[in-house]
Amino acid sequence: MNDPGSGGASSGDALAAFTAVTRRYGEVLAVDDVTLDIPPGEIVGLLGPNGAGKSTLLALLQGLRRPTSGTVRLFGGDPRDARNRQRLGSTPQETALPDSLKVGEVIDFVGSHFAERVPTAVIADQFGLGDLLRRQTGSLSGGQKRRVSVALAFVGAPRLVLLDEPTTGLDVDARRVLWDAIRAQHDAGVTVVVTSHYLEEIEALAERVVVVGHGRVLADDTLGRVLAHVGRSRIRLETDDAPAIARLDPAVHWQSDGHAHLFTTADSDAFVRALVGSGIPFRGLTVRGATLEEAFLALTETERSHTGRTLA
Amino acid sequence: MSATAPGVARLSLVHAKYTLIETFRIPVAVIGTLVFPALALLFFVVPNRAVADDPASATQAVLSLAVFAVMSNGLFGFGLGIAENREKAWDPYLRTLPAPGMARVLAQFFSTGVLGFVAILPIIVVAGLFTAAEASPLRILAGLLALGFAAIPFMLIGICIGYSLPMKAAIAVVQVIMFALAFGGGLFLPPQLFAGWLDAISMWLPTRQAREFVIWAVQGGELPWWAWVGVIAWSIVLLLLALLLFRRDEGRRYR
Repeated sequence: MNDPGSGGASSGDALAAFTAVTRRYGEVLAVDDVTLDIPPGEIVGLLGPNGAGKSTLLALLQGLRRPTSGTVRLFGGDPRDARNRQRLGSTPQETALPDSLKVGEVIDFVGSHFAERVPTAVIADQFGLGDLLRRQTGSLSGGQKRRVSVALAFVGAPRLVLLDEPTTGLDVDARRVLWDAIRAQHDAGVTVVVTSHYLEEIEALAERVVVVGHGRVLADDTLGRVLAHVGRSRIRLETDDAPAIARLDPAVHWQSDGHAHLFTTADSDAFVRALVGSGIPFRGLTVRGATLEEAFLALTETERSHTGRTLA
Repeated sequence: MSATAPGVARLSLVHAKYTLIETFRIPVAVIGTLVFPALALLFFVVPNRAVADDPASATQAVLSLAVFAVMSNGLFGFGLGIAENREKAWDPYLRTLPAPGMARVLAQFFSTGVLGFVAILPIIVVAGLFTAAEASPLRILAGLLALGFAAIPFMLIGICIGYSLPMKAAIAVVQVIMFALAFGGGLFLPPQLFAGWLDAISMWLPTRQAREFVIWAVQGGELPWWAWVGVIAWSIVLLLLALLLFRRDEGRRYR
């Protein structure tokens, strides 16, 4: 968990910094007192269920939104000033590209905003767009649009890139190609913030993981340490003594769906061994991997029910 | 490749350029604006030789349709353009690029201005070939400047519609407003044929004010005070409304 006391000290070198940032939309509290630094050199995975505040955090960094209170700094300045966005790269949401423009024109259009831009041919080569440059974006497949969208984030030779769900809707091969391209950019010195719903995507890319829920930072740590806290398996069974089963693993998240009970845990093997060893009667046991959404919902709810307890 | 960031003027031109490329790739979208005024001139004014052969009447009829072209262009360009952009995620993406908001506003005025100019050209050609309309080059220039000034309220009406309605509703509202203003403002039938009550209402409309102002710029004569006062008054009121709607939209359109 981010220590508020140390937030100000390191924000001088950070590419981006949130200091006690709150953002409301009328009655809705989208971001609740977030303090967060993005120092150079990292790939940061930003995770959380829909509506957790991820998009608002990105919109604040892009200068699309103003914080209700607190300060957001981008390269030491206000992100709402266009000059401070010279070294920031982003992707359009929902791969929304202008249908009638050609891929090469879209890249040139975006590139013309930057003092130092990567030549279109180089970007096309890095993201495998060579054959598409003369095609209108309206004629591209979903996967091709995805690649163009991600490539746009790197046209301006950025120092910081924000990728919002970069590979949603891609097949496994296409996803790996895009991950390789993003990692190559990171190796060349670009700092990346990536949001995703795919656990594999975060495992493949991120070094540091920030989990948000209800507008707050729930966890901020290395990938391995955050994953250890996230329940990754779902065990479903019927039993008459669910509370006793829940007590087998202090970290388990327990809920009931009417006639069966669901346990979300980090280590299903150890949990099942303990369950069998305990002799508590059960029937109809199934184990499956939790989706990232389910895992984080469990984490979010655990966090709420243990107010004051932090993860790291 | 230069190491300095591009300035507002260059970014405005770049945004205008790609807006125009997009527009001309789907010509159907602007064909009505570009062709309808010239067709109206060809079908309604040219065959009516009593008007077409009289230099003063013909010039007034031509100028009325030029005002119509500029109005239609402003209403469609801003009204539908903004309504359409609000429904696409590409527009918020452009706002994340390092271009000041002013560059995007200027680009919109610039690209709409180019289209407006393109819309007037066929009218001038048809008028020169088939009617007795006449004006010196200097007067034509004065007329173009007057059209630019008189077009401001129509662009602002377009902005207000674009920020308050979804795309499909905007199309319908733009068309209703466009034809109501055109008839009421004497762009299709000269106000000399209006009944007294209609003439009185007409003077309050920005179309009628624009018509009188542009005719004064090209033909000279006396400019009624309510024409230029009206254009300025409409511009101020509509600008305030546009700013209000813009702010309200910013607050509501969050993801």
